[in-house]
This record gives sequence, C-alpha cells and structure tokens, in this order.
Amino acid sequence: MNRKETVNELQLLVYELDVESAMTKEVVTVSPDLAMDKLPKILKSNRITGVPVTEDGRLVGIISLEDYVRWAADDGKPSCVGDVMTRKVHTIYSDEPLVSAVSRLERFACGRLPVLDRTTDTLAGIVTKGDVIESMLGNLEIDYREEGLRTYRTSRFFEDIVSDSTELSFAYEIRGESISEGGEVASSLKKTLRRLGMHPDVVRRAAITVYEAEMNVIIYAKAGRVRVSIDQHHISMVVEDEGPGIPDLEQAMAPGFSTAPESVRELGFGAGMGLPNIKQCAESFEIESVVGEGTTLRVSFHMEEACA
Amino acid sequence: MCLSDIARELDLTVIYDGGDIDREITGGYATDLMSDAIAHAKAGDLWVTLQVHVNVVAVASMKDLGAVVLTQDRQPLPETLQKARDEGIPLLGSNLRAFDLIGRLYQLGIRGT
Repeated sequence: MNRKETVNELQLLVYELDVESAMTKEVVTVSPDLAMDKLPKILKSNRITGVPVTEDGRLVGIISLEDYVRWAADDGKPSCVGDVMTRKVHTIYSDEPLVSAVSRLERFACGRLPVLDRTTDTLAGIVTKGDVIESMLGNLEIDYREEGLRTYRTSRFFEDIVSDSTELSFAYEIRGESISEGGEVASSLKKTLRRLGMHPDVVRRAAITVYEAEMNVIIYAKAGRVRVSIDQHHISMVVEDEGPGIPDLEQAMAPGFSTAPESVRELGFGAGMGLPNIKQCAESFEIESVVGEGTTLRVSFHMEEACA
Repeated sequence: MCLSDIARELDLTVIYDGGDIDREITGGYATDLMSDAIAHAKAGDLWVTLQVHVNVVAVASMKDLGAVVLTQDRQPLPETLQKARDEGIPLLGSNLRAFDLIGRLYQLGIRGT
C-alpha cells in the first residue's frame, strides 16, 4: 500500500465507520450531587481527565480536571459537582460518522465528546481522539491484511527468490478422446494462477487458451501434454500432442474451419473457433505441425499487459 | 436481477441451486458451441443452451458464469449434475425453446453483454 492509497483508505474509513464503533461504552459517570473534593480520586483511579455528569442516565454536564483545578485555585469552598461543571456540553450521536467526531473534537478543542443515543437521548458512551485513532488503525489493519492476502503478486513472489533467473513450471497430461475430462487442465491452471495473485485478465486469457488447446488434443490426438512456465514477466505455454498433425495450417486458422467428426460437433465442439480464440488471447502464437507425428503450439502472455 | 426471481418469473425448474439461488445475474448469453461460450460469455451471465454434457459446467465454471439454463426440457447427464454440484454452478431447466426463453429473459431486462 503506498502513501496515497493509505490516505484514501483513511478518508474512506472516517466516513464509513460510525461513532458507536469507536466509542468507549463503559463510561464512568458522576452525579451532580458528588462533593467536589471526591472528584480527584475518581479521576485518578480511572485514569481519566474528565467525566460526564448524569442524572437518571441523562447528560447534564461534564466535569474535568481543569474545572477542578480552577475550583481549587478559586478558594475551594465546599461545593458539589453540579455547581462547578460545564453545563454546555458538545455531544455527538452514536450513529454519526466518525468524521463528525473528528471535526467536532477539533473545532471545540475538547479532549472528549459524550456520545448520546439518538432515540433515548441518554448517554451511550464517550469518544476521545485516542479512540478515533485506535478504531481507524484497527480497521485499516483488517483491510490491509485481507488485501495483502488477495494481492500476493507473482512479481513479489519472484522478488523473494534469490537467483540469476527464476522460472516456475507446471506440467499437465491430457488423455485423448476423454471428452468428459475436457477443461480439467484449464481449471487447474486457472486455480493455480489465481492463487499466485495474477491479474484476472491474464488468468482469463491463459485459461481460455489452455481450454481450447486441451480440447483440440482430446478431440484429435491420442495423447498430449501442457507445459506452463512462468518467469517474472511472462507466462509461456507449450502444448504438444501425438496426433494426426495439421496438413494446412492456414486453413486450420480460418475461423469456422473444422475437421471435427460429427459426434463431437453434436456436443458443441468443432465449431472451428479454437485456434482463432487462442490467437486472440495470446500475445505470441506459434504452431508447428508434422502430419502423422503431431502438433506443437507455443503461446505466451505478458503478465503486466492489460485487457486484450 | 437475482436468479431466484428469474426462475420464478419464467417458471424455470431448479435442477441444482448452485448453493446460492439468490445470486445476481448480470447478463445473458445463448450458444450451443463451447468455444463460443468460452470466447464471449461474461462472468455473471445466464447461459442458455441445449447442451447437457459435462463440458457445459466446465465452461460455465471457467468463465464464472452465473447459471446455466437447459432448454426444451432437456435433462443434464448424471455427470453434468455431479460436476455442477462440485463447482457450485446453478443448473436450471425450461420447457421453452431457446428463442422463446431468450425473448422472455429480454423482457425481464436481462441483456446480452
């Protein structure tokens, strides 16, 4: 995550999160009847510097350490909290977005905002700048972790390997005439590439290519294999078969041309679209064929390349 | 539009619900050719076809299609149904022919993409 993304995430979070998710719910309160000289002990034992004053759950004021110091400096004559507290209190509703809390804390230069429940108008909690920061960091961390798992980029994987050049390779065997197994190589490869965190468009194009190539082997050849190798920037694929070979490659590449038997066409294959589909998906495309021996297809994809 | 609404409106038989019959269908595609579906159907599409063999599910899964509707009351082969379960692809059936079914889907607001 770069700096700009982090700022955007934070900006989003202050709008998405509500005050309730950040506030402290168990709030220490005092009654207006409490004697002022009892206040320091309550603040000290709870490690707080101010406390809301409530009467039957309703917020009637707030009293802080500052108020106490002022009162003591004045003359410290016996009084109760209700006489000394600040009555005009800035508050916030629990369902408001966190961004409102931030701006109010800033505008009124206060350390805490009592949070009210909108329906009952009673005190629901208290929110401080510290609560806001903690809540945002907590949520950012969750997002970041999920994001981190999703975008485990292949390039990063390669960066971790110390060598002059690194290549990952996978091999798959294809049985000829196994129409019902058609697509299995493609689906395995798709899963693998996804797990490696590759761009969905590259995964899509690689899967289509291998699906078509796989079906060609199944329909026409006795057996074949797919080898996929991946380096930091490319995916290369070689599909070889022991098949009849293609006598006229140009004809085979023409959309709609097919020599598939009727039994296969009935299933919706052999529409003469396989090789053209592959050519459309891949960045480089080479096909070699020897009649009576077999066919070899070589294709590659550039990993950073966007949609074709 | 969600799949269960489409199924109800068009009186489709739910052969297998894919584990989530309320999934969102974002478009439609109709073809009986596997390569055509592979090349042109989009993720989230409802695929209308008369093919009932197992490759239909393989293609639907590979392209992350929303569901497959088999026309003319055709029943999936047992291995097709099994694969649909394995891959979580909803399979539905209609007694209509493709032309009529697609027309009604269009009326519901489902568009080709």
